[in-house]
Amino acid sequence: MKIGIVTESVPGETRVAATPSTVGQLLKLGYEVVVESGAGELASFPDGAFVEAGASVGTGDDAWSADVVLKVNAPSEGELDLLREGATIVSMMSPALNPDLVDQLAARPITALAMDAVPRISRAQSMDVLSSMANIAGYRAVVEAANEFGRFFTGQVTAAGKVPPAKVLVAGAGVAGLAAIGAASSLGAIVRATDPRPEVADQVKSIGGEYLEVVVPDEDKEVSSDGYAKATSEAYDRRAAEIYSEQAAEVDIIITTALIPGRAAPRLITAADVAAMKPGSVIVDMAAAQGGNVEGSVPGERVVTDNGVIILGYTDLAGRLPTQASQLYGTNLVNLLKLLTPGKDGQLVLDFDDVVQRAITVARNREKLWPPPPVQVSAAPAPAAAPAPEPVPAKEPMTQGQRVGMVALGAAVLFALVGIAPMALQGHLVVFALAIVVGFYVIGSVHHALHTPLMSVTNAISSIIIVGALLQIGFGEPIVTALALIAILLASINIFGGFAVTRRMLAMFSRS
Amino acid sequence: MFTIDTAVSAAYVVAALLFILALAGLSKHETARAGNTFGMLGMAVALGATLVMAFDGGVDTTATVLLVVVVLIGAAIGLWRARAVEMTGMPELIALLHSFVGLAAVLVGWNRFFQVEDNPDGAYARRLDAMDLLGIHAAEVTISVFIGAVTLTGSIVAFLKLSGRMKSSPLMLPGKNYLNIGALVVFIALTAWFVAAPSIWLLIVVTLVALALGWHLVASIGGGDMPVVVSMLNSYSGWAAAALGFLLLNDLLIIVGALVGSSGAYLSYIMCKGMNRSFISVIAGGFGMEAPTGDDTDYGEHREITAADVSELLKNASSVIITPGYGMAVAQAQYPVAELTRLLRDRGVEVRFGIHPVAGRLPGHMNVLLAEAKVPYDIVLEMDEINDDFADTSVVLVIGANDTVNPAASEDPSSPIAGMPVLHVWEAENVIVFKRSMAAGYAGVQNPLFFRENTQMLFGDAKERVEDIIKAL
Repeated sequence: MKIGIVTESVPGETRVAATPSTVGQLLKLGYEVVVESGAGELASFPDGAFVEAGASVGTGDDAWSADVVLKVNAPSEGELDLLREGATIVSMMSPALNPDLVDQLAARPITALAMDAVPRISRAQSMDVLSSMANIAGYRAVVEAANEFGRFFTGQVTAAGKVPPAKVLVAGAGVAGLAAIGAASSLGAIVRATDPRPEVADQVKSIGGEYLEVVVPDEDKEVSSDGYAKATSEAYDRRAAEIYSEQAAEVDIIITTALIPGRAAPRLITAADVAAMKPGSVIVDMAAAQGGNVEGSVPGERVVTDNGVIILGYTDLAGRLPTQASQLYGTNLVNLLKLLTPGKDGQLVLDFDDVVQRAITVARNREKLWPPPPVQVSAAPAPAAAPAPEPVPAKEPMTQGQRVGMVALGAAVLFALVGIAPMALQGHLVVFALAIVVGFYVIGSVHHALHTPLMSVTNAISSIIIVGALLQIGFGEPIVTALALIAILLASINIFGGFAVTRRMLAMFSRS
Repeated sequence: MFTIDTAVSAAYVVAALLFILALAGLSKHETARAGNTFGMLGMAVALGATLVMAFDGGVDTTATVLLVVVVLIGAAIGLWRARAVEMTGMPELIALLHSFVGLAAVLVGWNRFFQVEDNPDGAYARRLDAMDLLGIHAAEVTISVFIGAVTLTGSIVAFLKLSGRMKSSPLMLPGKNYLNIGALVVFIALTAWFVAAPSIWLLIVVTLVALALGWHLVASIGGGDMPVVVSMLNSYSGWAAAALGFLLLNDLLIIVGALVGSSGAYLSYIMCKGMNRSFISVIAGGFGMEAPTGDDTDYGEHREITAADVSELLKNASSVIITPGYGMAVAQAQYPVAELTRLLRDRGVEVRFGIHPVAGRLPGHMNVLLAEAKVPYDIVLEMDEINDDFADTSVVLVIGANDTVNPAASEDPSSPIAGMPVLHVWEAENVIVFKRSMAAGYAGVQNPLFFRENTQMLFGDAKERVEDIIKAL
C-alpha cells in the first residue's frame, strides 16, 4: 500500500507527519511512501532528505490519492474530497469537540483514525500524540516565558549584586506540566506545581518541583482512574482558588496546563489574581485554545495587561519546535502503523477486538464509529476499586522481656544438656561453644564480595578432618588404613585445591 | 615438661588461632590475601604436628610411603582443579569439594567404629571405657557418619544440579517433609540402639539413611536456591568436622568445625534474608512449588531497543548502574561487561555495579566473576549500599537478572516473592533489560518491570548484545 504525506493547510502549522527517519521505518513495514513536495519545508526537512530516505516526492494530488494519508491536523472538507474511495486518513481530529467533522468523515467511504483518541494504556503509550506533543509544548512554554521575562531564571551572586531566582508556578502536572517543571527547574528557577491528583506529588518532586497540595476533606479527594484529570469538587476548587491567589502575588511566572478531556478548560487564574501579579510577570496559558485557564488570555495572542503582566495564549507551542515535534509525531504514527500492519507486508489491517484500534477509529466506510466504547485503563488503579489486599501480619519485634525470656530458656536447655555430658567432654564443650561465637563474630564482618573466597577457604580448612585420618593410619588393620588413606586423599585434594583456588580468586580482585 | 604431647597441643592452639586470623583476614579486600596465607600456615602447623604425633605412635614404612604418595596425588589433583576451573564453574567446584569433606568424615567415623566398637578389647576402647565415654563415643560415631553422609550426597546432588547434569527443578516426593522428619527419627532410634549394642549393620543402615536424606534434601530444592544450599552444605561440612573433633577428643577439629559451621550458617542466613524466607522453608521445600499467581493480568506491552540505541543512551548518561544476575554467568558476559565499564568510565560516565545477595549460584559469585574480568571491586556495591541511588541514575543495565529486580516483590503483596528485598532498578530514568526471551524468572513470577514505561528490552545473548554496544560506542 502507498502512504501519502501531505502538506499541512492550517495557517501557521509548521509540523509534518513524517520525517526522513520515520519514512525509513514506514518503508520497513512494507509501505511505499509519497511525500508532497515541500511538506517538510517548515520543519527543516527538505524534499531531498525524503528522497534520500527512500520516499518519492510528488504533487499534492499524488500524496492525497495514496491508500493511507498521514497528516497532523484534521483534514478540511476540501481535502477530504481529494481522498480516494477506501482510503484511510490518520491525523489529530479532536472528535469529541468536532461533531461536524465526525459527521463528514462518516459520510464518506473512507476510514478515519484519530491520533488524539489513543487511549491512555501502557501499551499505547508509544502512539500517544497528546503526550508527545504536550511534552514539547510544556518545554516551549517555559522558553516563551523566559523570552518575555526580563530577568534570569536562576539566582546568582555577581559582583554587580545578587540576583534572586525566578519563581514559577505550574498549574497541572500532566505531561505538559511536568515538562514545564523540568525545563524551568533546569534553568534554575524555583518551581511549584499544583494538580488535583495527589499521586503526582512524587513525579513533581523527582524533576525538581515542589508540589503544592490542595488539602480538602478526604471524601472529596480525587483519584484518577483513566489517567487524566477530572473535574474537581467544590470544596477543592475553593481551596485551590485561594492557593492560586496566594501564589499569583508571589511568583513571577505562571504556566497553566489544566485540561479536562472533552470539556472547556477550567478557569484557574482570575482577573484579580492577574492584577495582583508584579509588573513584568509572565503567564503562559497552554489551555488558551480550549477556553483558557487564565481570565483575559486570548488564543494565539500575546496580551499585556494594565499592570504590565504579559499573558501568552499561544496555541501552537508544539509547532514552535517543528523539527522535534514532527519527529515525535512521526514516530507515534510509525508505532501506530506497526500495530496496524501485523504482517509487516504493507497491508493495513484494522482489528476492532483491540481496544486501541477500536478507540481511534472515528468512521469506517460511511459508518460513524464515534464515540468508541469506554476503555478502562487504570493508569494507577483507584484503591477503592480493588479489594484491599489481606494485611500481612507483621512480625512483631520481640520486647526486651521476651528476649530475656528466650535467652534464659536457651541457657537452661543448654545447661541441662551440658550438665548430663560426662566430665571428660566438658572442656571440649566449652571450646566448642566459644568457637561458634568467635566464628559468628569473625564471619559477620566479612565483606559481601568476599563470600565466595570465604567459602573456598572454609572448605579448605574444614579438611582439617585429615588430622583424624592421619592418626588412624598407624592402627595396623588393613581396612582402617585403606579407609584412612582414601580420606587423606580426599582431604588433601580439598586442602590444596581450596587454598589454591582462593589464592587465584583473591589475586583477581583489584582496586580502581 | 615439654613432651611431644604438649608440643602437639601447643601447635594445635597456634593452628586454631591462625585459622581464626585467616577468617578475620578475609573480611576485607586489603587483608584477604594475608588471611589466605594464615590459613595455609595454620594447616601446615596442624599437619606437621599431627604427623609428628602419628610417627611417634609408630607408623610403619609402607604406611608412610602410601601416605606420602596419597598426599602428593591429592595435592596434584587439587592444584590442577584449582588452576583449571572456570570462575563460572566455582559453585560446582565448591559443591564437589564439600562432598569430599563429607566422604572423608564418613570414612574417619567408620574407622573409629573399627578401632573402638568393633574392637572392644583394643587399647582405644579400654582407654575410653576408663573415662566412661564408651556410650558417648558410640553416639558420636553415628552422629559424625550421619552428618558426613548427608553432606556427601547433598553436595553431590548440588554439584550435579549446578553443572546441569541433573534437572534443577525441585524433586516433589509426596509427603517430603515427613520423609525428612522420618529419617531424623529413624536416625535417633538407630543411634540409641547402636549405643546400647554397637554392630556394623546398624552403622550401615545409619549411613544409608543419611545418604538418602542428603540426596532428598537437596534434590527437593530448586536451582535458584542453590546459594543457600551451597552455604548450608559448607556449614554441614564444618559440623561434621566438629563432630569428629568430639569423637577424637581433638580441640583443633572442634574449633575449626565450629568456625566453618558458623560461617556456613551465617552465609545461609544472609542468603535467606536476601530472599525474605526462613532457612527452614528453604531446607524443607523449594520456592518454585508455590503456584505462580494468575498470570492473566494485562501488564501491557514491552518495548524493544537496539544495541545502537543503548549505546546512545549510555553516551549521554551521567551515571550507570549494572545489575548482573546468573544470566551473565551463563552467557560468560563478564568480560564484555568489564570492557563496557572501562569504556564508559574513560568517557567520564560513573559506572557502578549493584549486586543482589542471591544473584548467581554462590554467595559472592558475581563479585568473583567481575573481579576475574578486572572490574575494580570498589565500584561493585551491595544491594543496601546502592538501592537509594537508583533514583539519581540515568541508565540501569539489567544483565541476566530477573527476580532480583522484580518490583512486584515490594509493590504487590499477593506476589509469591512479596517482601523479598530487591534492587530498585525501576526508579532509574532508563532501564535496559538484557534477556533471551520474555520467559519468567526462576520463581516463575512475571516481572512487571519489563512493561514499565522507562524499561526497554534488549533481546538476545547477553554477551553478544554487550559486544554490539561496545562496537556502537
